[in-house]
Amino acid sequence: MIRFEHVTKIYDQKSRPALDGIDIEINRGDFAFLVGASGSGKSTFLRLVLREDRATRGSVYVAGQNVAGIPSWRVPRLRRGIGVVFQDFRLLPNKDVFGNVAFAMQVIGKSRAVIRETVPEVLRTVGLEGKERRLPSELSGGEQQRVAIARAIVNRPGILLADEPTGNLDPATSVGIMNVLDRINQNGTTVLMATHDDDIVNSMRRRVIELDAGKIIRDEAVGEYTTMIPIIKADGTRELQPASQAIAPFDTEEDDL
Amino acid sequence: MRLAFILSEIASGLRRNLSMVVSVVLVTFVSLTFVGSAALLQMQINQMKGFWYDRVQVAVFLCGEDYGSATCAEGAVTDEQRDGIREMLGSDAVKPYVDSFEYESQDQALAHFREQFRNSPIVDTVTADQLPESFRVKLVDPEKYEIINELFSSMKGVDVVVDQRELLEKIFSMMNIASLVAVGIAAVMIVCAILLVATTIRLSAFSRRRETGIMRLVGASKLVIQLPFVLEGVIAAVLGAVLAAGALWAVAQFLIEGRLSREYPGTAFISTGDVLLLAPALVALGALLAGVSSALTLRRYLKV
Repeated sequence: MIRFEHVTKIYDQKSRPALDGIDIEINRGDFAFLVGASGSGKSTFLRLVLREDRATRGSVYVAGQNVAGIPSWRVPRLRRGIGVVFQDFRLLPNKDVFGNVAFAMQVIGKSRAVIRETVPEVLRTVGLEGKERRLPSELSGGEQQRVAIARAIVNRPGILLADEPTGNLDPATSVGIMNVLDRINQNGTTVLMATHDDDIVNSMRRRVIELDAGKIIRDEAVGEYTTMIPIIKADGTRELQPASQAIAPFDTEEDDL
Repeated sequence: MRLAFILSEIASGLRRNLSMVVSVVLVTFVSLTFVGSAALLQMQINQMKGFWYDRVQVAVFLCGEDYGSATCAEGAVTDEQRDGIREMLGSDAVKPYVDSFEYESQDQALAHFREQFRNSPIVDTVTADQLPESFRVKLVDPEKYEIINELFSSMKGVDVVVDQRELLEKIFSMMNIASLVAVGIAAVMIVCAILLVATTIRLSAFSRRRETGIMRLVGASKLVIQLPFVLEGVIAAVLGAVLAAGALWAVAQFLIEGRLSREYPGTAFISTGDVLLLAPALVALGALLAGVSSALTLRRYLKV
């Protein structure tokens, strides 16, 4: 569904590439976590899938199409096949729940009848039935994120990208959101979620792709959030390193205490 | 559905940006009023040219008693001299240039004078012998005035040959300058209007960046995203153009038709009909200005 072939993205010639020779394939129906520190390239990865940016080198394929080859007037068609959810929800404050979800259908010219039929159905999927007339300000964070998810999937995209969807939510609410995402994935939508939330990744036990400094350092079918461990170097500085590269498995200093 | 959606977007955009929209309306109103007045002035000049050039004549004024010019040194024109001039005007050498001519005696001159200045107190103080008799010559080609001037101005009994067209040219050149000034002001105002439309659209795009961001992500086409902004500018500008056309119409109706043409029945004036011809052009110009300016602005400030 999403395939990167030797993808390098350089924003600025002087600094290191945001993505450096990435090769990866995410299959139809997959649920994958994209993890890594800030600046590791997660956002760039998502931007390339959406064709917000073009790869400096290499090719990005979405649904079998090389996105660099899509003429700009066809880009909207590509984006209709991809739903996106953000950490900050990005709802329209002056529209109610129904209006926010319907907006995504109105702007691509869906008829009023189709909208009236589809929106309540999608709101049921995300667990918001009965709250159609609430404004975003009258909803909890978790509910707002559900609205955002409903808006992202209302046009039935094959791919759902989620950029830190639980970043603003408490752990209990996050579990609810993950259940919604899981349900959407069970219906056949490919879900790619960039996250920092280790509890969620550890408990979900799904595919984990870890980026570090623009390179993929780990891709496990059933992974945990991190295999990083702290290492104390000879000069006394402390640094996290992947377990495979680490010399000592534990922070010896702490053991002494 | 999509049309209804675009219309509601436009309405909300206009509401949110009301003060800027009002300023766009006013600036286009003022600038197009100047454009329109320049055009109307030109129309007026053309109309007056057509009207007057048919009527203006070369006047060959004859000598009276004690006229100062060299050809009048022998006193008033004699019957002989007058006949000589009449004969000359009818001769083969002059005929090809002359469309028609007629003699105007002092009494006729007084009658014409009284008619022309009937509203003025000067009429009562003028007597027939103060006015020169003359031949009024209508030329086939008014440009050929010099030939008549050369032939007649040195003749005995002729005081002076006057080309009335020259007087008109002075008036027309004044009007031309006025219309150039109007064009100049219009040009500056149009630049203002273009920049103001650009700023308005930028503000509008900024205040609705949330909506447009979401529209982009869910795959709305460029047209659906940008059209409301372009139309917002166009609607404001067209409104200004309609106001400008209305103002010009009011001037034509109340000032020109209502007063000037009644006070000067001898002069041809432009009518409200001319303004109605001009109005669609003004509206089209306003729409074009706003459309181009907003489309260019959006290319820079609204990523799609």
